[in-house]
Amino acid sequence: MSSITVTNMSILFPIYHSEARSLKKIVFAAASGRIKENRQHRIVVEALREITLSLNSGDRLGFIGHNGAGKTTFLRALAGIYEPVQGSIVIDGKVTALLDPGQGMNMELTGRENIRLRGLFDKLSPQQIEQLEEDVAEFAELGQFLDLPVRTYSSGMVVRLGFGLATAIKPEILLMDEWLLAGDASFMAKARNRLENMVRGADVLVLSSHSAQIIMQWCNRVIWMDRGRIKMDGQPDEVLSAYLPPEQFEEAKAALKFALRDAPMPEAALNP
Amino acid sequence: MTLTSLPRADAATPDLLKSASAPQSRVSIDAATGAGAKARAAFGDVAETLQLWRLVWKLSFLDIRLRYRGSLLGPFWLTLSTGVMIGALGFLYAGLFHTDIHTYLPYLSLSLILWNFLSALTAEGCTCFTISEAMIRASRMPLTLHAARVVIRNFLVFAHNIVVVVVVFAVMRKIPGAQSYLIIPAFALWFVDGFAICLLIGAFCARFRDVPPIVASVMQIAFFVTPILWSPAILEHRGIGTLLIKWNPFYSLLEIIRAPLLGTPLHLATWAFALGYSAVLVALAGVMFALARPRLAYWV
Repeated sequence: MSSITVTNMSILFPIYHSEARSLKKIVFAAASGRIKENRQHRIVVEALREITLSLNSGDRLGFIGHNGAGKTTFLRALAGIYEPVQGSIVIDGKVTALLDPGQGMNMELTGRENIRLRGLFDKLSPQQIEQLEEDVAEFAELGQFLDLPVRTYSSGMVVRLGFGLATAIKPEILLMDEWLLAGDASFMAKARNRLENMVRGADVLVLSSHSAQIIMQWCNRVIWMDRGRIKMDGQPDEVLSAYLPPEQFEEAKAALKFALRDAPMPEAALNP
Repeated sequence: MTLTSLPRADAATPDLLKSASAPQSRVSIDAATGAGAKARAAFGDVAETLQLWRLVWKLSFLDIRLRYRGSLLGPFWLTLSTGVMIGALGFLYAGLFHTDIHTYLPYLSLSLILWNFLSALTAEGCTCFTISEAMIRASRMPLTLHAARVVIRNFLVFAHNIVVVVVVFAVMRKIPGAQSYLIIPAFALWFVDGFAICLLIGAFCARFRDVPPIVASVMQIAFFVTPILWSPAILEHRGIGTLLIKWNPFYSLLEIIRAPLLGTPLHLATWAFALGYSAVLVALAGVMFALARPRLAYWV
Protein backbone atom coordinates (compact mmCIF):
# COMPACT_ATOMS: atom_id res chain seq x y z
CA MET A 1 0.00 0.00 0.00
CA SER A 2 1.48 3.30 -1.04
CA SER A 3 0.46 6.74 0.02
CA ILE A 4 1.55 10.35 0.05
CA THR A 5 0.57 12.73 2.82
CA VAL A 6 1.21 16.43 2.43
CA THR A 7 0.53 18.68 5.39
CA ASN A 8 0.44 22.45 5.18
CA MET A 9 3.30 22.49 2.68
CA SER A 10 4.75 25.68 1.25
CA ILE A 11 7.53 25.94 -1.29
CA LEU A 12 9.35 29.18 -1.91
CA PHE A 13 11.91 29.70 -4.62
CA PRO A 14 14.68 32.02 -3.60
CA ILE A 15 15.96 34.14 -6.47
CA TYR A 16 19.63 34.81 -5.99
CA HIS A 17 21.07 35.17 -9.39
CA SER A 18 19.23 38.12 -10.82
CA GLU A 19 19.29 41.75 -10.01
CA ALA A 20 16.56 42.06 -7.43
CA ARG A 21 15.28 45.50 -8.24
CA SER A 22 14.82 45.17 -11.96
CA LEU A 23 13.29 41.76 -11.48
CA LYS A 24 10.90 43.24 -8.98
CA LYS A 25 9.78 45.81 -11.50
CA ILE A 26 9.17 43.32 -14.25
CA VAL A 27 7.41 40.61 -12.36
CA PHE A 28 5.51 42.39 -9.65
CA ALA A 29 2.73 43.66 -11.83
CA ALA A 30 2.02 40.32 -13.44
CA ALA A 31 2.59 38.03 -10.53
CA SER A 32 -0.44 38.79 -8.44
CA GLY A 33 1.42 39.07 -5.19
CA ARG A 34 3.21 35.74 -5.28
CA ILE A 35 6.60 37.39 -5.20
CA LYS A 36 7.63 38.54 -1.80
CA GLU A 37 10.65 39.34 0.26
CA ASN A 38 11.61 36.89 2.95
CA ARG A 39 13.14 37.70 6.32
CA GLN A 40 16.53 38.48 4.87
CA HIS A 41 14.99 40.74 2.21
CA ARG A 42 15.65 38.24 -0.52
CA ILE A 43 13.25 37.93 -3.39
CA VAL A 44 11.30 34.68 -3.28
CA VAL A 45 8.61 33.22 -5.49
CA GLU A 46 5.86 31.41 -3.65
CA ALA A 47 5.46 28.39 -5.87
CA LEU A 48 3.15 26.45 -3.54
CA ARG A 49 1.25 27.84 -0.59
CA GLU A 50 -0.03 25.88 2.40
CA ILE A 51 -1.04 22.77 0.54
CA THR A 52 -2.64 19.86 2.37
CA LEU A 53 -3.30 16.70 0.43
CA SER A 54 -3.55 12.99 1.02
CA LEU A 55 -3.19 10.33 -1.67
CA ASN A 56 -3.84 6.65 -1.16
CA SER A 57 -3.67 3.44 -3.15
CA GLY A 58 -6.00 3.58 -6.11
CA ASP A 59 -5.88 7.33 -6.48
CA ARG A 60 -5.33 8.56 -10.03
CA LEU A 61 -4.90 12.26 -9.56
CA GLY A 62 -4.74 14.81 -12.35
CA PHE A 63 -3.39 18.35 -12.00
CA ILE A 64 -4.86 21.05 -14.16
CA GLY A 65 -4.20 24.76 -14.14
CA HIS A 66 -2.61 27.50 -16.16
CA ASN A 67 1.09 27.68 -16.91
CA GLY A 68 2.97 28.63 -13.78
CA ALA A 69 0.20 27.51 -11.45
CA GLY A 70 2.68 25.26 -9.65
CA LYS A 71 1.89 21.90 -11.23
CA THR A 72 5.44 20.82 -12.03
CA THR A 73 6.77 22.15 -8.74
CA PHE A 74 4.08 20.12 -6.98
CA LEU A 75 5.19 16.99 -8.83
CA ARG A 76 8.82 17.66 -7.88
CA ALA A 77 7.79 18.13 -4.26
CA LEU A 78 5.80 14.88 -4.30
CA ALA A 79 8.89 13.16 -5.70
CA GLY A 80 10.91 14.47 -2.75
CA ILE A 81 13.20 16.56 -4.96
CA TYR A 82 12.15 19.96 -3.64
CA GLU A 83 11.99 19.85 0.13
CA PRO A 84 9.36 22.22 1.56
CA VAL A 85 10.28 25.29 3.61
CA GLN A 86 7.16 24.87 5.68
CA GLY A 87 4.97 21.90 6.50
CA SER A 88 5.77 18.28 5.84
CA ILE A 89 5.45 15.54 3.28
CA VAL A 90 5.52 11.78 3.87
CA ILE A 91 6.03 9.51 0.89
CA ASP A 92 5.32 5.80 1.39
CA GLY A 93 6.41 3.72 -1.56
CA LYS A 94 8.91 3.68 -4.38
CA VAL A 95 8.49 6.78 -6.52
CA THR A 96 9.19 7.13 -10.22
CA ALA A 97 9.09 10.69 -11.45
CA LEU A 98 8.84 11.27 -15.19
CA LEU A 99 9.20 15.00 -15.36
CA ASP A 100 10.99 15.66 -18.62
CA PRO A 101 12.13 13.56 -21.59
CA GLY A 102 15.81 13.92 -20.64
CA GLN A 103 15.19 12.48 -17.16
CA GLY A 104 18.66 13.32 -16.00
CA MET A 105 20.21 11.33 -18.82
CA ASN A 106 23.75 12.30 -19.73
CA MET A 107 23.60 13.51 -23.32
CA GLU A 108 27.28 12.74 -23.93
CA LEU A 109 26.89 9.09 -23.00
CA THR A 110 25.43 6.48 -25.32
CA GLY A 111 21.89 5.22 -24.98
CA ARG A 112 23.16 1.89 -23.69
CA GLU A 113 25.30 3.54 -21.01
CA ASN A 114 22.35 5.62 -19.87
CA ILE A 115 20.21 2.51 -19.59
CA ARG A 116 22.87 0.79 -17.48
CA LEU A 117 23.18 3.80 -15.21
CA ARG A 118 19.45 3.78 -14.63
CA GLY A 119 19.63 0.10 -13.78
CA LEU A 120 22.37 0.77 -11.24
CA PHE A 121 20.38 3.63 -9.75
CA ASP A 122 17.47 1.25 -9.23
CA LYS A 123 19.86 -1.27 -7.65
CA LEU A 124 19.16 -3.95 -10.23
CA SER A 125 21.35 -7.02 -10.49
CA PRO A 126 23.61 -7.41 -13.55
CA GLN A 127 21.14 -9.91 -15.06
CA GLN A 128 18.26 -7.52 -14.52
CA ILE A 129 20.25 -4.71 -16.09
CA GLU A 130 20.84 -6.86 -19.15
CA GLN A 131 17.12 -7.57 -19.27
CA LEU A 132 16.40 -3.85 -18.93
CA GLU A 133 18.81 -3.09 -21.75
CA GLU A 134 17.15 -5.58 -24.08
CA ASP A 135 13.69 -4.43 -23.16
CA VAL A 136 14.40 -0.75 -23.73
CA ALA A 137 16.42 -1.34 -26.90
CA GLU A 138 13.59 -3.37 -28.39
CA PHE A 139 10.97 -0.79 -27.55
CA ALA A 140 12.91 2.33 -28.53
CA GLU A 141 14.02 0.86 -31.90
CA LEU A 142 17.26 2.77 -31.80
CA GLY A 143 19.22 0.10 -33.65
CA GLN A 144 22.81 1.21 -34.15
CA PHE A 145 22.09 4.49 -32.40
CA LEU A 146 22.03 2.67 -29.08
CA ASP A 147 25.82 2.84 -29.05
CA LEU A 148 26.03 6.50 -30.08
CA PRO A 149 25.90 9.48 -27.72
CA VAL A 150 22.37 10.59 -26.88
CA ARG A 151 23.12 14.11 -28.13
CA THR A 152 23.24 12.73 -31.70
CA TYR A 153 19.65 11.48 -31.40
CA SER A 154 16.66 13.20 -32.93
CA SER A 155 14.22 14.58 -30.38
CA GLY A 156 11.84 11.74 -31.24
CA MET A 157 14.53 9.19 -30.44
CA VAL A 158 15.24 10.85 -27.09
CA VAL A 159 11.55 10.65 -26.22
CA ARG A 160 11.43 6.98 -27.25
CA LEU A 161 14.49 6.15 -25.17
CA GLY A 162 13.24 8.16 -22.19
CA PHE A 163 9.82 6.62 -22.47
CA GLY A 164 11.18 3.10 -22.82
CA LEU A 165 13.39 3.54 -19.78
CA ALA A 166 10.67 5.15 -17.72
CA THR A 167 8.16 2.44 -18.45
CA ALA A 168 10.48 -0.53 -18.04
CA ILE A 169 10.56 -0.43 -14.27
CA LYS A 170 7.25 -0.60 -12.54
CA PRO A 171 6.78 2.00 -9.81
CA GLU A 172 4.49 2.06 -6.80
CA ILE A 173 3.94 5.78 -7.08
CA LEU A 174 4.09 7.26 -10.55
CA LEU A 175 4.43 10.99 -11.14
CA MET A 176 4.10 12.06 -14.75
CA ASP A 177 4.34 15.35 -16.51
CA GLU A 178 2.53 15.87 -19.74
CA TRP A 179 5.37 15.09 -22.17
CA LEU A 180 4.94 11.37 -21.73
CA LEU A 181 1.51 11.50 -23.32
CA ALA A 182 2.37 13.99 -26.00
CA GLY A 183 4.07 11.80 -28.60
CA ASP A 184 2.96 11.64 -32.21
CA ALA A 185 0.11 9.33 -33.21
CA SER A 186 2.14 6.36 -34.41
CA PHE A 187 4.34 6.49 -31.33
CA MET A 188 1.35 6.72 -29.03
CA ALA A 189 -0.25 3.69 -30.62
CA LYS A 190 2.84 1.70 -29.74
CA ALA A 191 3.41 3.32 -26.39
CA ARG A 192 -0.15 2.98 -25.24
CA ASN A 193 -0.05 -0.63 -24.16
CA ARG A 194 3.17 -0.18 -22.29
CA LEU A 195 1.99 2.93 -20.56
CA GLU A 196 -1.33 1.37 -19.59
CA ASN A 197 0.44 -1.57 -18.02
CA MET A 198 2.61 0.71 -16.00
CA VAL A 199 -0.19 3.00 -14.91
CA ARG A 200 -2.35 0.07 -13.96
CA GLY A 201 0.50 -1.47 -12.00
CA ALA A 202 1.12 1.70 -10.02
CA ASP A 203 -0.61 2.16 -6.69
CA VAL A 204 -0.81 5.91 -7.01
CA LEU A 205 -0.70 7.99 -10.16
CA VAL A 206 -0.26 11.74 -10.30
CA LEU A 207 -0.47 13.29 -13.72
CA SER A 208 -0.13 16.87 -14.85
CA SER A 209 -1.73 17.78 -18.15
CA HIS A 210 -3.33 20.55 -20.14
CA SER A 211 -5.47 18.08 -22.04
CA ALA A 212 -8.93 17.57 -20.57
CA GLN A 213 -9.33 14.41 -22.61
CA ILE A 214 -6.22 12.82 -21.14
CA ILE A 215 -7.30 13.77 -17.64
CA MET A 216 -10.76 12.27 -18.18
CA GLN A 217 -9.23 9.14 -19.60
CA TRP A 218 -6.69 8.44 -16.88
CA CYS A 219 -7.82 10.08 -13.66
CA ASN A 220 -10.47 9.52 -11.02
CA ARG A 221 -9.67 12.69 -9.10
CA VAL A 222 -8.68 16.14 -10.32
CA ILE A 223 -7.05 19.09 -8.59
CA TRP A 224 -7.22 22.55 -10.11
CA MET A 225 -4.09 24.49 -9.21
CA ASP A 226 -4.18 28.25 -9.27
CA ARG A 227 -1.32 30.56 -8.23
CA GLY A 228 0.24 27.94 -6.00
CA ARG A 229 -2.95 26.94 -4.21
CA ILE A 230 -5.50 24.20 -4.61
CA LYS A 231 -8.50 25.95 -6.10
CA MET A 232 -10.69 22.89 -6.46
CA ASP A 233 -10.42 19.19 -5.67
CA GLY A 234 -12.97 16.60 -6.78
CA GLN A 235 -14.33 14.26 -9.44
CA PRO A 236 -12.95 14.84 -12.95
CA ASP A 237 -16.28 15.87 -14.45
CA GLU A 238 -17.03 18.26 -11.65
CA VAL A 239 -13.65 20.03 -11.66
CA LEU A 240 -13.22 20.08 -15.42
CA SER A 241 -16.66 21.56 -15.98
CA ALA A 242 -15.75 24.36 -13.62
CA TYR A 243 -12.30 24.84 -15.13
CA LEU A 244 -13.13 24.70 -18.82
CA PRO A 245 -15.51 26.91 -20.78
CA PRO A 246 -18.72 24.86 -21.40
CA GLU A 247 -18.16 24.28 -25.10
CA GLN A 248 -14.59 23.01 -24.53
CA PHE A 249 -15.81 20.68 -21.81
CA GLU A 250 -18.43 19.19 -24.13
CA GLU A 251 -15.85 18.92 -26.88
CA ALA A 252 -13.45 17.01 -24.61
CA LYS A 253 -16.22 14.66 -23.50
CA ALA A 254 -17.20 13.99 -27.09
CA ALA A 255 -13.60 13.41 -28.10
CA LEU A 256 -13.15 10.96 -25.23
CA LYS A 257 -16.28 9.03 -26.21
CA PHE A 258 -15.01 8.88 -29.76
CA ALA A 259 -11.60 7.64 -28.65
CA LEU A 260 -13.14 5.03 -26.37
CA ARG A 261 -15.37 3.72 -29.15
CA ASP A 262 -12.28 3.19 -31.28
CA ALA A 263 -10.18 1.57 -28.62
CA PRO A 264 -12.04 0.85 -25.42
CA MET A 265 -9.91 1.65 -22.41
CA PRO A 266 -11.03 -0.26 -19.38
CA GLU A 267 -9.45 2.09 -16.91
CA ALA A 268 -11.24 5.16 -18.18
CA ALA A 269 -12.41 7.11 -15.23
CA LEU A 270 -16.03 6.99 -16.25
CA ASN A 271 -17.60 6.10 -13.01
CA PRO A 272 -20.23 3.37 -13.05
CA MET B 1 -16.07 -0.05 -13.52
CA THR B 2 -13.70 1.80 -11.26
CA LEU B 3 -9.97 1.82 -11.42
CA THR B 4 -9.36 0.29 -8.04
CA SER B 5 -11.28 -2.85 -8.87
CA LEU B 6 -8.96 -3.72 -11.73
CA PRO B 7 -6.54 -6.56 -11.18
CA ARG B 8 -2.93 -5.49 -10.90
CA ALA B 9 -1.06 -6.05 -14.11
CA ASP B 10 1.97 -7.74 -12.52
CA ALA B 11 1.28 -11.21 -13.76
CA ALA B 12 0.23 -10.20 -17.23
CA THR B 13 3.44 -8.39 -18.03
CA PRO B 14 6.49 -10.47 -17.25
CA ASP B 15 8.59 -8.17 -19.44
CA LEU B 16 8.25 -5.31 -17.02
CA LEU B 17 10.91 -5.25 -14.37
CA LYS B 18 10.17 -4.78 -10.76
CA SER B 19 12.52 -2.50 -8.92
CA ALA B 20 14.82 -4.52 -6.74
CA SER B 21 15.03 -2.03 -3.93
CA ALA B 22 13.26 -2.41 -0.62
CA PRO B 23 9.58 -3.17 -1.10
CA GLN B 24 8.48 -0.43 1.23
CA SER B 25 10.51 2.72 1.15
CA ARG B 26 9.37 5.60 3.27
CA VAL B 27 10.57 9.17 2.90
CA SER B 28 9.48 11.69 5.46
CA ILE B 29 10.37 15.33 4.90
CA ASP B 30 9.49 17.83 7.57
CA ALA B 31 10.49 21.46 7.18
CA ALA B 32 10.19 22.29 10.87
CA THR B 33 12.98 20.08 12.19
CA GLY B 34 15.89 20.82 14.46
CA ALA B 35 19.60 20.25 14.14
CA GLY B 36 19.36 16.58 15.17
CA ALA B 37 16.98 15.68 12.36
CA LYS B 38 19.06 17.68 9.87
CA ALA B 39 22.16 15.75 10.88
CA ARG B 40 20.30 12.42 10.66
CA ALA B 41 19.10 13.32 7.16
CA ALA B 42 22.67 14.15 6.15
CA PHE B 43 23.95 10.81 7.50
CA GLY B 44 21.09 9.04 5.76
CA ASP B 45 22.20 10.68 2.54
CA VAL B 46 25.73 9.32 2.96
CA ALA B 47 24.36 5.85 3.76
CA GLU B 48 22.28 5.87 0.59
CA THR B 49 25.34 6.84 -1.43
CA LEU B 50 27.22 3.89 0.05
CA GLN B 51 24.40 1.60 -1.05
CA LEU B 52 24.70 3.01 -4.56
CA TRP B 53 28.46 2.47 -4.74
CA ARG B 54 28.16 0.57 -8.01
CA LEU B 55 26.48 3.59 -9.61
CA VAL B 56 29.13 5.97 -8.23
CA TRP B 57 31.88 3.78 -9.60
CA LYS B 58 30.27 3.51 -13.03
CA LEU B 59 29.62 7.27 -13.23
CA SER B 60 33.22 8.05 -12.34
CA PHE B 61 34.53 5.49 -14.76
CA LEU B 62 32.34 6.85 -17.58
CA ASP B 63 33.48 10.40 -16.77
CA ILE B 64 37.06 9.39 -17.47
CA ARG B 65 36.12 7.49 -20.57
CA LEU B 66 34.03 10.38 -21.83
CA ARG B 67 36.87 12.82 -21.39
CA TYR B 68 39.07 10.75 -23.66
CA ARG B 69 36.51 9.31 -26.06
CA GLY B 70 37.95 9.26 -29.54
CA SER B 71 41.55 9.80 -28.46
CA LEU B 72 44.28 7.33 -29.27
CA LEU B 73 46.06 7.06 -25.93
CA GLY B 74 42.90 7.58 -23.90
CA PRO B 75 43.43 8.27 -20.22
CA PHE B 76 47.14 7.69 -20.66
CA TRP B 77 47.35 11.19 -22.06
CA LEU B 78 47.12 12.13 -18.39
CA THR B 79 50.14 10.03 -17.62
CA LEU B 80 52.08 11.31 -20.59
CA SER B 81 51.43 15.01 -19.95
CA THR B 82 52.28 14.61 -16.26
CA GLY B 83 55.45 12.76 -17.22
CA VAL B 84 56.56 15.46 -19.64
CA MET B 85 55.88 18.19 -17.12
CA ILE B 86 57.77 16.46 -14.33
CA GLY B 87 60.70 15.73 -16.64
CA ALA B 88 60.96 19.34 -17.79
CA LEU B 89 60.43 20.93 -14.38
CA GLY B 90 62.70 18.39 -12.66
CA PHE B 91 65.80 19.24 -14.66
CA LEU B 92 65.07 22.97 -14.61
CA TYR B 93 64.55 23.28 -10.87
CA ALA B 94 67.29 20.84 -9.96
CA GLY B 95 69.59 23.27 -11.79
CA LEU B 96 68.06 26.35 -10.18
CA PHE B 97 68.17 25.00 -6.64
CA HIS B 98 71.56 23.33 -7.16
CA THR B 99 70.19 20.04 -5.87
CA ASP B 100 71.01 16.51 -6.84
CA ILE B 101 68.62 15.31 -9.54
CA HIS B 102 68.60 11.81 -8.03
CA THR B 103 66.94 13.04 -4.85
CA TYR B 104 65.03 15.95 -6.36
CA LEU B 105 63.21 14.22 -9.20
CA PRO B 106 61.51 11.50 -7.08
CA TYR B 107 60.51 14.18 -4.57
CA LEU B 108 59.12 16.43 -7.30
CA SER B 109 57.24 13.70 -9.16
CA LEU B 110 55.51 12.50 -6.02
CA SER B 111 54.69 16.02 -4.84
CA LEU B 112 53.35 17.12 -8.19
CA ILE B 113 50.98 14.23 -8.82
CA LEU B 114 49.62 14.58 -5.28
CA TRP B 115 49.13 18.28 -5.80
CA ASN B 116 47.53 17.76 -9.21
CA PHE B 117 45.06 15.48 -7.49
CA LEU B 118 44.29 18.10 -4.85
CA SER B 119 43.91 21.00 -7.24
CA ALA B 120 41.73 19.05 -9.69
CA LEU B 121 39.64 17.80 -6.78
CA THR B 122 38.99 21.29 -5.45
CA ALA B 123 38.27 22.69 -8.90
CA GLU B 124 35.80 19.91 -9.74
CA GLY B 125 34.47 19.84 -6.19
CA CYS B 126 33.27 23.40 -6.67
CA THR B 127 30.95 22.30 -9.45
CA CYS B 128 30.04 18.85 -8.10
CA PHE B 129 26.42 19.83 -7.46
CA THR B 130 25.86 22.52 -10.07
CA ILE B 131 27.10 20.30 -12.88
CA SER B 132 24.68 17.52 -11.90
CA GLU B 133 21.69 19.82 -12.04
CA ALA B 134 19.80 17.63 -14.50
CA MET B 135 20.19 14.56 -12.31
CA ILE B 136 19.31 16.39 -9.11
CA ARG B 137 16.11 17.75 -10.59
CA ALA B 138 15.08 14.51 -12.31
CA SER B 139 14.54 12.30 -9.28
CA ARG B 140 15.25 12.09 -5.59
CA MET B 141 18.71 10.69 -5.04
CA PRO B 142 21.37 11.06 -2.36
CA LEU B 143 23.24 14.31 -2.96
CA THR B 144 26.52 13.06 -1.49
CA LEU B 145 26.64 10.78 -4.52
CA HIS B 146 27.75 13.72 -6.65
CA ALA B 147 30.62 14.50 -4.28
CA ALA B 148 31.67 10.84 -4.10
CA ARG B 149 31.69 10.73 -7.89
CA VAL B 150 34.20 13.60 -8.07
CA VAL B 151 36.45 11.94 -5.49
CA ILE B 152 36.45 8.53 -7.18
CA ARG B 153 36.98 10.10 -10.59
CA ASN B 154 40.05 11.95 -9.35
CA PHE B 155 41.42 8.87 -7.65
CA LEU B 156 41.15 7.13 -11.03
CA VAL B 157 43.11 9.96 -12.65
CA PHE B 158 45.63 9.71 -9.84
CA ALA B 159 46.00 5.98 -10.45
CA HIS B 160 47.04 6.72 -14.03
CA ASN B 161 49.66 9.18 -12.86
CA ILE B 162 51.26 6.73 -10.43
CA VAL B 163 52.97 5.22 -13.47
CA VAL B 164 55.08 8.38 -13.75
CA VAL B 165 56.31 8.06 -10.17
CA VAL B 166 57.13 4.40 -10.66
CA VAL B 167 59.15 5.21 -13.77
CA VAL B 168 60.98 8.09 -12.05
CA PHE B 169 61.81 5.91 -9.03
CA ALA B 170 63.08 3.17 -11.33
CA VAL B 171 65.21 5.47 -13.49
CA MET B 172 66.67 7.27 -10.47
CA ARG B 173 67.32 3.96 -8.69
CA LYS B 174 65.25 5.12 -5.75
CA ILE B 175 63.79 2.41 -3.54
CA PRO B 176 60.71 3.26 -1.50
CA GLY B 177 61.33 3.50 2.23
CA ALA B 178 60.75 0.65 4.67
CA GLN B 179 57.75 2.39 6.15
CA SER B 180 55.89 2.58 2.85
CA TYR B 181 52.94 0.70 4.30
CA LEU B 182 52.08 3.95 6.11
CA ILE B 183 50.67 5.35 2.89
CA ILE B 184 47.63 3.06 3.27
CA PRO B 185 46.12 4.93 6.23
CA ALA B 186 47.33 8.15 4.61
CA PHE B 187 45.34 7.52 1.44
CA ALA B 188 42.31 6.56 3.51
CA LEU B 189 42.58 9.95 5.18
CA TRP B 190 42.92 11.64 1.78
CA PHE B 191 39.77 9.91 0.64
CA VAL B 192 37.77 11.15 3.61
CA ASP B 193 39.23 14.64 3.25
CA GLY B 194 38.54 14.73 -0.48
CA PHE B 195 34.92 13.81 0.13
CA ALA B 196 34.63 16.49 2.82
CA ILE B 197 36.23 19.12 0.57
CA CYS B 198 33.77 18.37 -2.23
CA LEU B 199 30.76 18.56 0.09
CA LEU B 200 31.97 21.77 1.70
CA ILE B 201 32.93 23.79 -1.34
CA GLY B 202 30.35 22.12 -3.60
CA ALA B 203 27.49 23.27 -1.38
CA PHE B 204 29.06 26.68 -0.91
CA CYS B 205 29.63 27.18 -4.64
CA ALA B 206 26.08 26.09 -5.47
CA ARG B 207 24.81 28.96 -3.34
CA PHE B 208 27.48 31.57 -4.14
CA ARG B 209 28.57 31.41 -7.74
CA ASP B 210 31.58 33.66 -7.20
CA VAL B 211 33.39 31.14 -5.08
CA PRO B 212 35.04 28.87 -7.71
CA PRO B 213 37.47 31.57 -8.95
CA ILE B 214 38.34 32.37 -5.33
CA VAL B 215 39.05 28.71 -4.61
CA ALA B 216 41.18 28.52 -7.74
CA SER B 217 43.33 31.49 -6.75
CA VAL B 218 43.71 30.25 -3.18
CA MET B 219 44.94 26.91 -4.51
CA GLN B 220 47.34 28.72 -6.85
CA ILE B 221 48.89 30.59 -3.93
CA ALA B 222 48.94 27.44 -1.81
CA PHE B 223 50.90 25.71 -4.57
CA PHE B 224 53.73 28.19 -4.29
CA VAL B 225 53.89 28.53 -0.51
CA THR B 226 53.71 24.79 0.12
CA PRO B 227 56.86 22.68 -0.26
CA ILE B 228 56.08 21.06 -3.59
CA LEU B 229 58.56 22.47 -6.07
CA TRP B 230 61.01 23.28 -3.30
CA SER B 231 62.23 21.10 -0.48
CA PRO B 232 61.36 22.09 3.11
CA ALA B 233 65.07 21.74 3.92
CA ILE B 234 65.65 25.13 2.26
CA LEU B 235 63.63 26.96 4.92
CA GLU B 236 64.52 24.81 7.88
CA HIS B 237 66.37 27.42 9.93
CA ARG B 238 64.38 30.48 9.03
CA GLY B 239 61.42 31.91 10.90
CA ILE B 240 59.11 31.81 7.92
CA GLY B 241 59.75 28.10 7.58
CA THR B 242 57.71 27.26 10.68
CA LEU B 243 54.76 29.14 9.30
CA LEU B 244 54.86 27.64 5.82
CA ILE B 245 55.64 24.13 6.96
CA LYS B 246 54.37 23.49 10.43
CA TRP B 247 51.07 25.34 10.19
CA ASN B 248 50.38 24.52 6.57
CA PRO B 249 47.60 21.89 6.36
CA PHE B 250 48.70 20.93 2.86
CA TYR B 251 52.22 20.21 4.06
CA SER B 252 51.20 17.70 6.71
CA LEU B 253 48.81 15.99 4.32
CA LEU B 254 51.47 15.72 1.61
CA GLU B 255 54.14 14.62 4.05
CA ILE B 256 52.23 11.63 5.44
CA ILE B 257 52.39 10.11 1.95
CA ARG B 258 55.69 11.56 0.76
CA ALA B 259 57.93 10.80 3.71
CA PRO B 260 57.35 7.02 3.93
CA LEU B 261 57.91 6.59 0.18
CA LEU B 262 61.00 8.79 0.01
CA GLY B 263 62.42 7.27 3.16
CA THR B 264 62.70 10.62 4.95
CA PRO B 265 61.83 10.80 8.66
CA LEU B 266 58.13 11.17 9.40
CA HIS B 267 57.33 12.72 12.76
CA LEU B 268 54.35 11.67 14.78
CA ALA B 269 53.46 15.37 15.02
CA THR B 270 52.94 15.51 11.25
CA TRP B 271 50.31 12.80 11.46
CA ALA B 272 48.76 14.55 14.45
CA PHE B 273 48.53 17.79 12.49
CA ALA B 274 47.08 15.98 9.47
CA LEU B 275 44.43 14.32 11.63
CA GLY B 276 43.67 17.58 13.40
CA TYR B 277 43.17 19.54 10.20
CA SER B 278 41.08 16.70 8.76
CA ALA B 279 38.83 16.64 11.83
CA VAL B 280 38.19 20.36 11.45
CA LEU B 281 37.52 19.95 7.72
CA VAL B 282 35.13 17.03 8.22
CA ALA B 283 33.25 18.87 10.95
CA LEU B 284 32.87 21.98 8.78
CA ALA B 285 31.77 19.93 5.79
CA GLY B 286 29.27 18.02 7.91
CA VAL B 287 27.66 21.17 9.27
CA MET B 288 27.64 22.84 5.87
CA PHE B 289 26.10 19.85 4.13
CA ALA B 290 23.50 19.22 6.82
CA LEU B 291 22.34 22.82 6.50
CA ALA B 292 22.54 23.02 2.71
CA ARG B 293 21.12 19.58 1.81
CA PRO B 294 17.40 20.51 1.80
CA ARG B 295 18.10 23.65 -0.23
CA LEU B 296 20.53 22.28 -2.80
CA ALA B 297 17.83 21.34 -5.30
CA TYR B 298 16.74 24.98 -5.33
CA TRP B 299 20.25 26.34 -5.66
CA VAL B 300 21.58 24.34 -8.57
